[in-house]
Amino acid sequence: MYKKRSHLTLSFIAILLSFLVASIVMILSGISPKGFFVSLIRTMTGMNLQAIGKEGFFNARYFGEFIQITLPIILTGLSVGFAFRTGLFNIGAEGQVIIGSFGAVAVGILFKLPLVLHVPLAIMAAMLLGALWGWIPGILKAKFGVHEVVITIMMNYMALYLGNFLIKALPGSDNQKTVTLHASSLLHSDFLRKLTGNSRLHWGFIAVILAIIVYHFILEKTTFGYELRAVGHNRDAAEYAGIKVPSRIAYSMAIAGAFAGLAGAMLSLGTFDYGRVLSTFENYGFDGIAVALLGGNSALGIFFSGLLFGGLKSSQTLMQASGIPLEIAMIVSALIILFVAMSYGIDKVLDALGSRREKKHESH
Amino acid sequence: MEQYVVEMRGITKRFPGIIANDQVTLQLKKGEIHALLGENGAGKSTLMSVLFGFYQPEEGEIYVRGEKVEIKSPNVAHELGIGMVHQHFQLIDTFTVVENIILGDEPGGALVDYAKARQEVIDLSQQYGLNVNPDAKIEDISVGMQQRVEILKVLYRKADIIILDEPTAVLTPQEIDELIGIMKNFAAEGKSVILITHKLKEIMAVADRVSVLRQGKYIGTVDVASSSEEQLAEMMVGRKVSFAVEKGPANPGEDVLVIKDLWVKDQRGIDALEGLNLHLRRGEILGIAGVDGNGQQELVEAITGLRKVESGQILLSGEDIVSHPIRSRMEGGIAYIPEDRQRRGLVMDFRLDENLALKTYNKEPLSHGFLLDHEAIKEKAKEIIGLFDVRSSEGTETIVRNMSGGNQQKAIIGREVDLDPLVMIASQPTRGLDVGAIEYIHKRLIELRDDQKAVLLVSFELDEIMSVSDRINVIYHGRITGDVKPEETTTQELGLMMSGSKEGPLV
Repeated sequence: MYKKRSHLTLSFIAILLSFLVASIVMILSGISPKGFFVSLIRTMTGMNLQAIGKEGFFNARYFGEFIQITLPIILTGLSVGFAFRTGLFNIGAEGQVIIGSFGAVAVGILFKLPLVLHVPLAIMAAMLLGALWGWIPGILKAKFGVHEVVITIMMNYMALYLGNFLIKALPGSDNQKTVTLHASSLLHSDFLRKLTGNSRLHWGFIAVILAIIVYHFILEKTTFGYELRAVGHNRDAAEYAGIKVPSRIAYSMAIAGAFAGLAGAMLSLGTFDYGRVLSTFENYGFDGIAVALLGGNSALGIFFSGLLFGGLKSSQTLMQASGIPLEIAMIVSALIILFVAMSYGIDKVLDALGSRREKKHESH
Repeated sequence: MEQYVVEMRGITKRFPGIIANDQVTLQLKKGEIHALLGENGAGKSTLMSVLFGFYQPEEGEIYVRGEKVEIKSPNVAHELGIGMVHQHFQLIDTFTVVENIILGDEPGGALVDYAKARQEVIDLSQQYGLNVNPDAKIEDISVGMQQRVEILKVLYRKADIIILDEPTAVLTPQEIDELIGIMKNFAAEGKSVILITHKLKEIMAVADRVSVLRQGKYIGTVDVASSSEEQLAEMMVGRKVSFAVEKGPANPGEDVLVIKDLWVKDQRGIDALEGLNLHLRRGEILGIAGVDGNGQQELVEAITGLRKVESGQILLSGEDIVSHPIRSRMEGGIAYIPEDRQRRGLVMDFRLDENLALKTYNKEPLSHGFLLDHEAIKEKAKEIIGLFDVRSSEGTETIVRNMSGGNQQKAIIGREVDLDPLVMIASQPTRGLDVGAIEYIHKRLIELRDDQKAVLLVSFELDEIMSVSDRINVIYHGRITGDVKPEETTTQELGLMMSGSKEGPLV
């Protein structure tokens, strides 16, 4: 039988094409693509290619910030990817992040505990609330067949307004933010800060690495993960095999919510040290959809595509500083999605090109 | 040189990785019924899709009435007078027969001239003995009649080269006889018919000549009159095939599955089983004969637990399992070869070893607690693959979607037999499979029976029911209307019971 190109190959083609098209866009609008790539590389590695051998060639702060910004994006990628492996479309990572973030903030403010207890408790609160926020659409889907996309979109708005309400209700909050969380609940690290030229890099990266391992472990190594994947690929066959499909759907959404909730903890315990009133969505959940899509819903794929989208997101400041509109980074992100979505067609085009070449060889 | 109405010369059609047609030749005479015979995947459909304009061949030429043509789309095929009756009907349920027939080719200008269309349909119907009520809605007429509507669609478009794709798959024996009559009428009127099939009996009954394809290659064309079923089967499969299902006498034991007064609703909430009773004994194959849609699927799903039972009892070894979940019925000894292997029986995007573990993944030795043992799963898969001769390109790692239908079915049967069940429910186990695979599956079912298991065989193929079963129950309108022995009945008698015109004895 005919073998398709792998997702990995097509993803790389999608990335290359999107850089190519974005470069054309930049040239047409009179911007040098070189600046874009220099900024992107500088953000992701800390190395300034325009200053090789000169002072200021390497700045670890960029790298630290890049990782810090990437952490929640990888987690929302895992959230969307996990649900997707069970055949569910979790548009609700956005709301699960917000609610999870509140959970961490609440524990960080309301409790006073030693660090060894406080940090895990705050993270657990975030994951539990995120899981609850994912479980609700899951159970509605399982019991009543309500489409999860509709419910999760709705619950994103509920999360935004409920989150703001709850944040303001915490003792000492003003209209913008809460008081500073107890230091014992924070992921901040002076060590990591110093190592990376005073960036906001924090201990949360350990949690993210664990999350990636757990994601892979559940899906690939456990009977539960086998059931989820069976449900994801073919609900009828899963039912035939005696798998309780509704319960697996609810669990899957809850676990997806837990990953997103953990992303919320990264934000409020790591990036910031207070809870924030949000005027609008911050798009972590939507970034997660893109990350999962490009990463092919595999643990490693999500890790790498999370790095790329994180890089694009965090390079925006540097780009603006060098006169490149931040829309360019967004255009690139959008183009990647577009080309990944088009991968079926790209596959076909490559086939056609391949067979044309064969024919040419034959006729010569 | 003889003039052919259609001549396809040296057609080669490649898909990435496979050659679907390799230098295939087909010569159709005017006024003949020409069968195109081959196993699944032999390239019959591809060849007809080339003729009908769905695919463009890489090599080869097509001549229609002596002129070289390029059939770039189905529209070109229509203009050349080529019509195709697809295996899956393309009708709108809520439209009438006439409305369906004229759809896309309505007479009159902006206003459709229904009266004229209706008259034309009636005329055509009479001319060819199609016997279709022009004003009935599709949803109200039988499958056989729906097929005749499809045929009328082709005739209405003035086709004189008619391709019929596996037309008998959905028909009762009486309807098959009628269809054969219709095809013969076409030939008598000078129309040419290409009949795609893998059923040798039909070819012997109706075709003038037959062309055989095997693995994309053209094997040859023979006159049916000077040929035999055995010869055709050998051409199709590439080796000798035994037709007679070899089996010793059954040696039935006690009842293992007893169904009492079972009521089950279908998807639409309408009663599909209306007080069905049956009993199945150890060491026998009970065949359920019936026309599709008389409650077979609901019966099977009620037994396996996929469908809710309204009332009645299903006794497995004396225990009522009506309210038991699917898994506990499995563990109680019910194995199930589902009618739709790709939708129910397999996770098409899983690997073969994962599919073979579908019912035992949560038990030792395939898993320990909540941890899967991938090595044990692979070992188990290798064992089943070896025992059941499941062939695939990459062994246990093959994605099942990339396997042939016959091997997919072998995988399911291997998995289900490996459960060592008390009762095997085999629902249309040979649907869409080639002669070799059918032979194999029948053998396995009989082995199960000889092993003192109980087998419930649901099939729409009367030949299969007749040759494999030890006892036959006829299902009609959700009830068993006859309980007969294959050696004491005929296909004709079963056909009458299946259409409700006759009730058989009930045991």
